[in-house]
Amino acid sequence: MSGIPHDHYEPQSNGEKWLHRRLPIVGLAYDTLMIPTPKNLNWMWIWGIVLTFCLFLQIVTGIVLVMHYTPDVDLAFASVEHIMRNVNGGHMLRYLHQNGASLFFIAVYAHIFRNLYYGSYKEPREVTWIIGILIYLLMMATAFMGYVLPWGQMSFWGATVITGLFGAIPFIGEGIQTWLLGGPAVDNATLTRFFSLHYLLPFVILGLVIVHIWAFHTTGNNNPTGVEVRRSSKEEAERDTLPFWPYFVIKDLFALAVILAVFFAIVGFMPNYLGHPDNYIEANPLVTPSHIVPEWYFLPFYAILRAFTPDVWIVMFASWITGGVIDAAFFGVLAMFGAIAVMALAPWLDTSSIRSGRYRPMFKWWFWLFVVNFFVLMWAGAMPAEGIYPIIALIGSAYWFAYFLVILPLLGVLEKPLPQPETIEEDFKAHYGKAETVDGAAAPTPAE
Amino acid sequence: MGMMKTLTAASLALGLSAGAAAAAGAVGEVTDYDFSFEGPFGTFDQMQLQRGLQVYTEVCAACHGLQYVPIRTLGDPGGPGLPEDQVRAYAEFYEVWDPTLFDGEGDFRPATPNDHFPASGLSNAPDLSLMAKARAGFSGPYGTGLNQLFRGMGGAEYIASLLAGYTGEEKEEAGTILYENTAFPGGWISMAPPIWGDDVVYEDGSPTDVESLSKDVAAFLMWTAEPKLMARKEAGFRGVLMLSVLAVLLYLTNKRIWAPVKARAKETPAE
Ligand code: HEC
Ligand code: HEM
Repeated sequence: MSGIPHDHYEPQSNGEKWLHRRLPIVGLAYDTLMIPTPKNLNWMWIWGIVLTFCLFLQIVTGIVLVMHYTPDVDLAFASVEHIMRNVNGGHMLRYLHQNGASLFFIAVYAHIFRNLYYGSYKEPREVTWIIGILIYLLMMATAFMGYVLPWGQMSFWGATVITGLFGAIPFIGEGIQTWLLGGPAVDNATLTRFFSLHYLLPFVILGLVIVHIWAFHTTGNNNPTGVEVRRSSKEEAERDTLPFWPYFVIKDLFALAVILAVFFAIVGFMPNYLGHPDNYIEANPLVTPSHIVPEWYFLPFYAILRAFTPDVWIVMFASWITGGVIDAAFFGVLAMFGAIAVMALAPWLDTSSIRSGRYRPMFKWWFWLFVVNFFVLMWAGAMPAEGIYPIIALIGSAYWFAYFLVILPLLGVLEKPLPQPETIEEDFKAHYGKAETVDGAAAPTPAE
Repeated sequence: MGMMKTLTAASLALGLSAGAAAAAGAVGEVTDYDFSFEGPFGTFDQMQLQRGLQVYTEVCAACHGLQYVPIRTLGDPGGPGLPEDQVRAYAEFYEVWDPTLFDGEGDFRPATPNDHFPASGLSNAPDLSLMAKARAGFSGPYGTGLNQLFRGMGGAEYIASLLAGYTGEEKEEAGTILYENTAFPGGWISMAPPIWGDDVVYEDGSPTDVESLSKDVAAFLMWTAEPKLMARKEAGFRGVLMLSVLAVLLYLTNKRIWAPVKARAKETPAE
């Protein structure tokens, strides 16, 4: 493996040597744990561990939930109530799993914004980035199908609306929708296949996470300066880095403990706050809830989906030029998936040779506007599609696309970057060299 | 037909149905009653749950059911806490259908503590097991549920407000009589006012005015919806405490590990 030069595992005892010749698994674990890591990582580099924790939390709680859950339209809702009332600790298991999904998405969004700000997606980390996007897509699919399992009103109607999106695809859409649902409408066949996939996908995610880690261990971590670790010799590399264990493991675990304390407060004191009350009503195909909203983590994309109404000129234009094949519904679907597609292409759309937003005076502003825009879209997605909201959603969607398709390509040309430090060591010293910053938790603030 | 379904689904997605407008426009008024179980340290008031059970049994059970609630849980800690013999006697008050009786043809028999409460007897009266959680979001503003977060307003407040919210006005619509109610979204509900005051006689002499009875039964329905509320808060509290201790220890460890690295950064100038 290429990567940053560092000490490798040397088997000592005869037993170790015996195993190492046959399976260098201890060496693999050693190299993974002792990987040289840039000294100057700030608190935005802790989300990886939170994400890994979430994946294990969901798998462990999920496996136990499955022992008591029944995937059948007549029994699913009651079986979840059985978990809540009769299974020892079942109510905690379920609330942990339910709120664990929210924590998972909070972490993944923080992680993605971190990458966007520090240019972590840029050369040579494009593969890590693309795998991350795949993980994110699978997380959304998993969470969506999981939400259907308790078979409440929002489970049923959410599934109806979302699978209906596929129906909006011209010609083949209806076929795809029927294939996804296992029939003409959301029913038992839908529930059982969603259950099966909901169990499967987290393990696919696990596989991708391993590849994700492999990829960034090959290139080395990015860091807040975006300047690469010097790697012409081991000595030089050691001036820019510290081994992952114990320096970053302990730091990450500290952050994880703080985040989990907040998480436990939510699970213990307000576990239903992030959920929709209607999901405590059993699914009823004959009664449409007055307001169908997806889970909070889908809302920005839901807003983009609904922003493109038939009276928007670009929709009219697309419809006219395709002879009506692209209508508003299909346009919305394209926009929603396109929003993630353009994000996936960021490594090739961003023309700036500077990685970190810290040294990009104009980029900074556009980036923070992008973050604010994300929350505006989230809010617009929760509002009924009437009055001012679709217009807000449309402006927000337009900015989303403009950020990736116009702003990132142009800034690289227009912007005059600030001077960057020569090395990571220099940045670290500039920060800790000053006596007054030594006490306290003493790491750079998250944003910088 | 298939195309129609696609269109309906798409228009649901795009338009979110006109109902959203109606619901957003006509949110009922919910009074912020005080309940003992609010806030991180709030607990159920066992006496109130027992009174609420009495109101439920003598008034609501005529129409409504609690099909997800096993009768034996009336004796569980953190609930009404009835003694075992009382739970058994209470169960016998109900008849349940047992398909194994009468040579597999099925028959009614008196319920045992292991049976659930019966489902709603009146077909259009909803099951109340989870009502207190299903209606938590009615406490606005704008359906955000923020009142729930900041003022502890949830489904129990809504239920109490509903029962105490009748204005006395009635109207007939398509053969059903509707009653005006200030808490019900839309303002008109088909449930006749179930509570008038002094509907039950409490052994402990607690007040039996409309508001007190409404609050008692609302508290009881909060328990049926979230029977493990107290255990959950306790677990949450223990979790937060343990994690905070762990966080402090990790903080100190982290500081200790990094101290020499940071000291070295101070001593030697960068090259
Ligand atoms: C005479 C039969 C009857 C009795 C007695 C009765 N209800 Fe109802 N209840 C109904 C019907 C019918 C509805 C459906 C009303 C509607 O949706 O318009 C209903 C609806 C409700 C709702 C749901 C309102 C909503 O937001 O949809 C609650 C909560 C409720 N009842 C609580 C109670 C309580 C508590 C009692 C006992 C104090 C009680 N009811 C007694 C018939 C009854
Ligand atoms: C990527 C990881 C996962 C995510 C993001 C996720 C998300 C979700 C969500 C949002 C729900 C609905 C919660 C609710 O409203 O009740 C759910 C339910 C469920 N999940 Fe998962 N899940 C994950 C992994 C797993 C795994 C690995 C399993 C099993 C091996 C599992 C089993 C279940 C079961 C049985 C339910 C239904 C019970 C319930 O509703 O609480 N999940 N999941």
